[in-house]
Amino acid sequence: MTTVTATSPATADTSMEQPSGLTLFLRYLNRNRGLAVGVVILIALVLFTVIGLITINPKQAYPLSVATKQPPSLKYPFGTDFFGRNLLAAMVVGMWQTAVIGVIAGGLGTLIGVVLGFTSAYFGGWIDSTIRTVCQILTPIPVLLIQVVVAGSLDKRDVTIFTMALIVVMLAWMGPTLVIRAQVLTMKERQFVSVAKLSGVGDIAIIFKEILPNLLPFIAAAFVGQVFSAVFASFYLAVLGLGPLREPLLGNIIWAAQLQGAFFNGWWWWPIAPSIGMILILASLALINMGLDELANPRVRKTE
Amino acid sequence: MNFKLIAKRLSFLVLVIWAASTIVFFVPRLSPRNALRERFAELARSGGFAPGDIEKLIANMNQQFGLDKPLLEQYWTYLGNIVRMDFGYSLNRYPATVTDIISQALPWTFFLLLFTTILSFIIGNLLGAISAWPKSPRWLRGIATPFVLLTGVPPVIMGVLLLFFIGFRLKLLPLGGPYSIGIVPNWSWEFALDVLRHQMLPALALILGSVGGWVLSMRGMGVTIQGEDYVNFAEHKGLTGGRIFRDYYLRNTLLPQVTGLALALGTLVTSALVVEQLFGLPGLGQVLNNAIRSNDFPVIYGIVLFITIAIAVLMAVLEFIYPLLDPRVRNQ
Repeated sequence: MTTVTATSPATADTSMEQPSGLTLFLRYLNRNRGLAVGVVILIALVLFTVIGLITINPKQAYPLSVATKQPPSLKYPFGTDFFGRNLLAAMVVGMWQTAVIGVIAGGLGTLIGVVLGFTSAYFGGWIDSTIRTVCQILTPIPVLLIQVVVAGSLDKRDVTIFTMALIVVMLAWMGPTLVIRAQVLTMKERQFVSVAKLSGVGDIAIIFKEILPNLLPFIAAAFVGQVFSAVFASFYLAVLGLGPLREPLLGNIIWAAQLQGAFFNGWWWWPIAPSIGMILILASLALINMGLDELANPRVRKTE
Repeated sequence: MNFKLIAKRLSFLVLVIWAASTIVFFVPRLSPRNALRERFAELARSGGFAPGDIEKLIANMNQQFGLDKPLLEQYWTYLGNIVRMDFGYSLNRYPATVTDIISQALPWTFFLLLFTTILSFIIGNLLGAISAWPKSPRWLRGIATPFVLLTGVPPVIMGVLLLFFIGFRLKLLPLGGPYSIGIVPNWSWEFALDVLRHQMLPALALILGSVGGWVLSMRGMGVTIQGEDYVNFAEHKGLTGGRIFRDYYLRNTLLPQVTGLALALGTLVTSALVVEQLFGLPGLGQVLNNAIRSNDFPVIYGIVLFITIAIAVLMAVLEFIYPLLDPRVRNQ
């Protein structure tokens, strides 16, 4: 909050000018500190991954490429593991793969949620009650366990980054569906929708031209939330040894370290780097999600 | 509570269990993998079987387990078995049934979960309530902040960090396993103490991972109650701060948290499974992990179904307890 300073009548005219969009955005970030911190962490992670992919030999993320079991040093900042992977390269590639899983699964989950939520709320009736009931029945089932069944049923060779994303998204669309449905329900009753209806605008045009643009902040928040849960779910699956075992996903590194008794053998650096990486990813996504919620909800939005 | 509501809730419970069982039944049957064939191929590699024998064995097994019957008939038998909590036999430890294996591992998981859930629920809600209560001293409010900062950290990662700092660097607590290597399980205080020492870090990881969530939701709830008329009225009546805090403030904010607990059960259980695996405790998490590694499909499906059913039942129980806690719901 900024304090309002009394302005003399002479300067009142200039202060009425609308500041530029960038200033407004930066001022908003100053009020919404969580969003700002989240975005900064995310940018740092993206820079780490992009610069890493350019400068580091990705082959070193795979076994037998460097000396084994080296503690962190100038040559290997994060050390190397039992299988001869350079953990810095593994982190870069792992971050990239985590991002791929998160964006694919998050995007698909949000898309399914938006389509189902819209259909459900806009058309109502038996369509609405069917979609709602299915969501309610599936929600109490622990998602990870069903994912374990699906991932376990796949041939080990078929488990890739992309199948991981699909497995994760399979049971993750219920949340966005219910959120979007609730928002469309309130939006439907607004006056501008009634006016559009009375002027003879068709269903499709109302959905895409009247309701969808107003829902964008919610969809953005739902997307970030979906990316968060996709990253979380794929991480848990990988820690349980159900990921694509060859790939240096962050969860896979922790799984492998645990399997080889990293702490018992004194190779403490092995699981530490992926843990801290995961904390940063999840924290930035959670902060951005909360920040977007505030942006989308004018009622809790802080004013200047 | 009226009869109709109970009937509605129970039928929802049955629907949830049915949906989970159906997914667990059909997903593996859609997959190209054949558990029996993989198992026998593994045995054949270690020697002793001719390829022709394997085909005969598989046919024999399929007949014995009813896998040659039409899919719909199998499905009905399967649903009947689930009602009786019969999940079949383990492929790896054959004469043992899945139910045997689960009941051996269950106590580890159950007590770890019970202890950590109750403790983090109490600590988190108290801290949350205190930090939202306008009259609580400043230093008390500050206690909640570090927990809130830890909210986003998954319990497994908390486990890795605790292992590093407390187990590896300070060498205060053991690095994993159910009890020290070389000790034979027996009924003595030393052994109990040893087991307890091994449970400390996993429990701490689970508690630290979930306290922050309770603090946040409780704080949000507490803020909404502050302006309520009944709180103002109680203050003007001259009730002591402690009394208002306990009977007006805590009582009203705790109710929605019970619903929150029911919704969080799934996450809590899956976190416990993964943490157990990290610390090498012989609970359901490790059984599940071993089953995954050795393709013991009946055990995987059995554990998944058992936990889903347990969570669904617990959620229903919590919902039935709710009217006992909240007179407004009871009188409706």
